[in-house]
Amino acid sequence: MNPNGNAHVEFEGVNKSYDGQTDVVRNLNLRVQKGEFLTLLGPSGSGKTTCLMMLAGFEMPTTGTIRIDGRSVHNLPPHKRGMGMVFQNYALFPHMSVGGNLSFPLEVRGLNPEQRRERIRKALEMVRLDGLQERRPAELSGGQQQRVAIARALVFEPSLVLMDEPLGALDRRLREELQYEIRRIQRSLKVTIVYVTHDQQEAMVMSDRVAVFQQGRIEQVASPEAIYEEPERRFVARFIGENNLLPGKVTAVEGDLCQVEIEGAIVKAFRVAPCRPGDMVTLAIRPERVCVAPDPQVYSNELEAKIEDLVFLGDHLRLRMNVHGRSDFIVKIPNIVGHGAVLEGDRVRIGWTPTDCRALEPIGEMGVTL
Amino acid sequence: MDGTLKTVRLRAAVPVLPLVAFILVTFIAPLATMLVRSVYDPLVAGAMPETLFLLSEWDGKSIPREAVFEAAVRELLGARQARNLGRVVTRINRVQPGMRSVIMKSVRKLRRISGSDSWRDTLIDMDPAWGKAQTWQAIRRTGERFTMRHYLHALDLDRGPGGGIVRQKPERRIYMPLLGRTLAVSLSITALCLLLGYPVAYLIAHAPHRWTNLLLLLVLVPFWTSLLVRTTSWIVLLQTRGVINDALVALGLIAEENRIAMIYNMTGTVVAMTHVLLPFMVLPLYSVMRTIPPLYMNAAATLGASFPRAFWRVYWPQTQPGVFAGSLLVFILAIGYYITPELVGGRSGQLISNMIAYHMQQSLNWGLAAALSGILLLCVFVIYLIYDRVVGIERMKLG
Repeated sequence: MNPNGNAHVEFEGVNKSYDGQTDVVRNLNLRVQKGEFLTLLGPSGSGKTTCLMMLAGFEMPTTGTIRIDGRSVHNLPPHKRGMGMVFQNYALFPHMSVGGNLSFPLEVRGLNPEQRRERIRKALEMVRLDGLQERRPAELSGGQQQRVAIARALVFEPSLVLMDEPLGALDRRLREELQYEIRRIQRSLKVTIVYVTHDQQEAMVMSDRVAVFQQGRIEQVASPEAIYEEPERRFVARFIGENNLLPGKVTAVEGDLCQVEIEGAIVKAFRVAPCRPGDMVTLAIRPERVCVAPDPQVYSNELEAKIEDLVFLGDHLRLRMNVHGRSDFIVKIPNIVGHGAVLEGDRVRIGWTPTDCRALEPIGEMGVTL
Repeated sequence: MDGTLKTVRLRAAVPVLPLVAFILVTFIAPLATMLVRSVYDPLVAGAMPETLFLLSEWDGKSIPREAVFEAAVRELLGARQARNLGRVVTRINRVQPGMRSVIMKSVRKLRRISGSDSWRDTLIDMDPAWGKAQTWQAIRRTGERFTMRHYLHALDLDRGPGGGIVRQKPERRIYMPLLGRTLAVSLSITALCLLLGYPVAYLIAHAPHRWTNLLLLLVLVPFWTSLLVRTTSWIVLLQTRGVINDALVALGLIAEENRIAMIYNMTGTVVAMTHVLLPFMVLPLYSVMRTIPPLYMNAAATLGASFPRAFWRVYWPQTQPGVFAGSLLVFILAIGYYITPELVGGRSGQLISNMIAYHMQQSLNWGLAAALSGILLLCVFVIYLIYDRVVGIERMKLG
């Protein structure tokens, strides 16, 4: 048995190149636990789909090993890997009814009609499509089609299901509805899901862990909370949610914190990686963690700012500020005090706590692999 | 308001008019003329009106009365005068073989006789056939303006002595076996085209993009080459002293004296026609396969199906519109194919179209040629209808 306990899927030193020159996936190491919902999140072309295709068996790693249940699947063709897969364009067989589509993997596995009928009934019930067995895929709405596709990927009870941007073709409302649906199903069946998306909200809603991809590498693997609250890379800080990114220079280091000079002002920040005075860093501050007119006891970082633009967005106000000559500093303040508390053109003091300000690697530096 | 709309519609129809006229003149009209010819033949009726009128009162068993003989003599001589006799006699001869020599001989002799008390005795003297009821029955039947005899002939049927329809004697049944053979050969050619064309279409449809045009070109280049050139090259390949036989002999696989006859027989017809008709199978198949994303096969694989299984359950059913379209196209083209069997079919590789051409050009029995064409046309219609019932024409995709 493998030494990694209940690792379901392992990527070990996987590289993939289509043309022998540029790597679309570089030195990938990733472990997915049994029953885990892991999302591969990244912009298009970041290598996440290639990873999924290698796992499914449609692509071969150029180097490195992929293991499922501790066994290398290098020579295993897709149809013997026993994993369910949901595709972006549903890929429902148009010449078969819904029942026929669900029956297909069961027939392949030699189940008798009795067992098939029971499994199909249960699978359709699970995706709340009872009674649509006789319909053709073309007679269903997009959302229904994707539910059928999910049911088909689960009906033969695989322990691992791959999903390749399954909600990409649906409208926003349906997408949200299905996110919760998929989460519910995954939790109740305890299957392992590897899910590919470029939509961070989708990743946040469903995942146990998120692997953020960029240019063929994993920038960070962590829970959705950690990805948002504790980005370890500038790319993650920028890609997930909104962040103010300020270039600065380290002037002093004190334990976990460091002093950074930005545009003539000195602020304190949480240092993510070891650094020395004189190092260039990028500071990341979430707009909603910035306080306007702060209490200096709590918010030790304080700066002068001028409100250049103000947008009322219902539950919060979005302010664009000029901070020490940079006019792209965004602040979100919750709509507690009511509209009119601050006005465009106001000069205010803003502040944030050192732990809400993360010192990440500077622009232009190639990151180290984690 | 309404008037303006009508004018607009009419104006929109104008560009189509030449096409309508073209189809009318070059397709509908000849077809109609042809079909009319298969049931309508006024020649004998026009040449021998009185004889036929008098024969209509005849009981059909005894020797007709003197007036009939008198009229027949007069009208046959009149037809000779009008240089019509040959055509009249040919028609009578078709109904009653042997009548050509009887009539021609009698007419020659009649020219030298100025008169007779009893034309009946004179003619029977010249040839005893004139005294037989079937001779006059033949004349009476040939004189029908509207007749089913061409169709009966084409269906290997005949009028029995009592006037009822009976089958021809087995040795005289030609057309139905030929039609059967034509259908069987067309079916095998269709099957061969499907067998050969399906993998080719699959290859083209799923080859990398930059190869698609080249591969399509390979299918189309033979299509653009003259039919004669292609057929001739088959002769070069298949004849007894041709490339393939030479190669087999050189390799020692067959003995010099056992060269295989691959051309001027049914083999030649099937091989050459399959080649000629292959693009008509490949193109509809390709156009359907192109629209089937590889995604489906991937999906089938993730559901546990091996390639053969996924192909059979997922890919093949989706290509059916193309299979149906290509098969129908090839089959219907094959049924009416003429030139290739004519060139490489020899005696045993002839199809129904070659028989029609024979009757058009050699025997000049246009009525029969028309009837055979009519039956062929009916066959195509019936096949189309069966197809529509079984497959549904809307499920076909021609392009």
